[in-house]
Amino acid sequence: MKRDKSTILENQMLADGIYKMTLETPECAFTAPGQFAMLEVPEKFLRRPISVSSYDSDRYVLIYKVVGDGTKKLSRMEPGEKISSLTGLGNGYDVDTIPDGCTLIGGGIGIPPMLGLAKSLVIAGKKCRVILGFNTANEVFLVDEFKNFTDDITVMTADGSYGQKGFVTDAFDTLDYACACGPLKMLQALDGKVRKGQFSLEARMGCGFGACMGCSIQTKVGSQRVCKEGPVFDKEVLLWETL
Amino acid sequence: MGNPVDMSIELAGVRLQNPVMPASGTFGYGQEYKDVFDLNKLGALVTKSITKEPRYGNELPRIAECTSGMLNSIGLQNPGLEHFREVDLPELRKIYRGPIVANISGFSVDEYREVAAKVDREEQVEILEINISCPNVDHGGSAFGSNPKLSEEITRAVRDVTKKPIFMKLTPNVLDITEIAKACESGGADGISLINNFKAMRIDLKTRKTITSKTYAGLSGPAIRPIAMRMVNEVYHACKLPIIGIGGISCADDVLEMIMAGATGIEIGSANLVDPWTCQKTIDALPKRMKELGIRNLEEIRGVV
Repeated sequence: MKRDKSTILENQMLADGIYKMTLETPECAFTAPGQFAMLEVPEKFLRRPISVSSYDSDRYVLIYKVVGDGTKKLSRMEPGEKISSLTGLGNGYDVDTIPDGCTLIGGGIGIPPMLGLAKSLVIAGKKCRVILGFNTANEVFLVDEFKNFTDDITVMTADGSYGQKGFVTDAFDTLDYACACGPLKMLQALDGKVRKGQFSLEARMGCGFGACMGCSIQTKVGSQRVCKEGPVFDKEVLLWETL
Repeated sequence: MGNPVDMSIELAGVRLQNPVMPASGTFGYGQEYKDVFDLNKLGALVTKSITKEPRYGNELPRIAECTSGMLNSIGLQNPGLEHFREVDLPELRKIYRGPIVANISGFSVDEYREVAAKVDREEQVEILEINISCPNVDHGGSAFGSNPKLSEEITRAVRDVTKKPIFMKLTPNVLDITEIAKACESGGADGISLINNFKAMRIDLKTRKTITSKTYAGLSGPAIRPIAMRMVNEVYHACKLPIIGIGGISCADDVLEMIMAGATGIEIGSANLVDPWTCQKTIDALPKRMKELGIRNLEEIRGVV
């Protein structure tokens, strides 16, 4: 974890309610895709957790959805403004244990961390297939960026207005290994069709670094903090009935 | 001027190099902060509340936000007394050499007595802070701390099993906090910690349900600081015990204000969650601020109002 004043380089709308913020910082603390940052938002007491989409040594990209007053304020910040940020939080995807040819599945605002993961897999010399799910065409974002890392991209929309009609689970029968991030309902639906994998969870957080116990979930290996032991978990340890 | 300022304090016989402690429940057992700053800078370290048995706590969501503060309904999640003694305390000792304040919760008088008796045997613990004020559990917690008779009974039960200083941590959800403080004083307390969270609620307009899964949750943060100051001041004038002032403190000025209201030591809570460096920054800023205000030591400003 590092705290810094990051400089906003861009903060632009990608699709309906979806924004991309690129930040510059002297030293970036991210070490794995799937990690997140806690951003201080003007006039808000608690920071907001946003997963990192991609990062390198001195800049990082956060793609977020406007869901409330905090993220609305975030979306109105301008390039050049500085923002207090805790970076490098949580346990991300463990690229080493992901097999070659793994499928990455992202739903809605769960898609951005998959881009960083796709990049990391390519760097590690592993191929991947990508399945992206959206509600409708005007919410589609980031599809082209995935083309830098794989040719095998399937886009699903619930209303069929873009790509194929259906949910991400309609894009395959069963999978041996998948990495996923998206709404809880999507992850739970995937659970029955995926043998093994790493799933990223969302939670309402207090601190984001393991101190407040605000986001503790019950798992097969005991209580785990989404912000500290997670947000990415081996799917085998999750107890769906408690989530 | 030019003389160094003295920011040390004495809490019921225990010398602290400065008055700043993290509040229970915002600092775990130190591990999450060990790479953030040198914990040995703290006046003392207050642990997350310990109960006899391990507790998972309440269902999620447990966190909500409000103007100038936050609500939590964690529900005393902790690994239990044995884990605390065998793992958390020894691990904390590896990264921190200063005074440890063990915070204890219970669901019956016997449980407080039993946990306190066992924690008493831990040499590393210098002060016991007895939480009779958690707003987030259905039995015990603030039900004890809002009843003077029960507060006195628990104080006495803990007093019977330990010679270590005991600070009773009080709830603000009472009509007259001085009545509870005086009951603890009669029960043999060495000090009073106040305040714990205010019982509060937030509702999501779309779902028409409370944001936290538990209907009522505890309000903390800058929003409660002036009320905490008032309550510290009331207790300061009502009984002779030293006070640890808690509630919305986040900087050196807040510390000095709380001490002027009557506190001897102070705890920083929610602010740690927003900025984990808060305790360190506050401790670093304190001598300069004291100098600027012409304060040589904290004793001379204690309870000036």
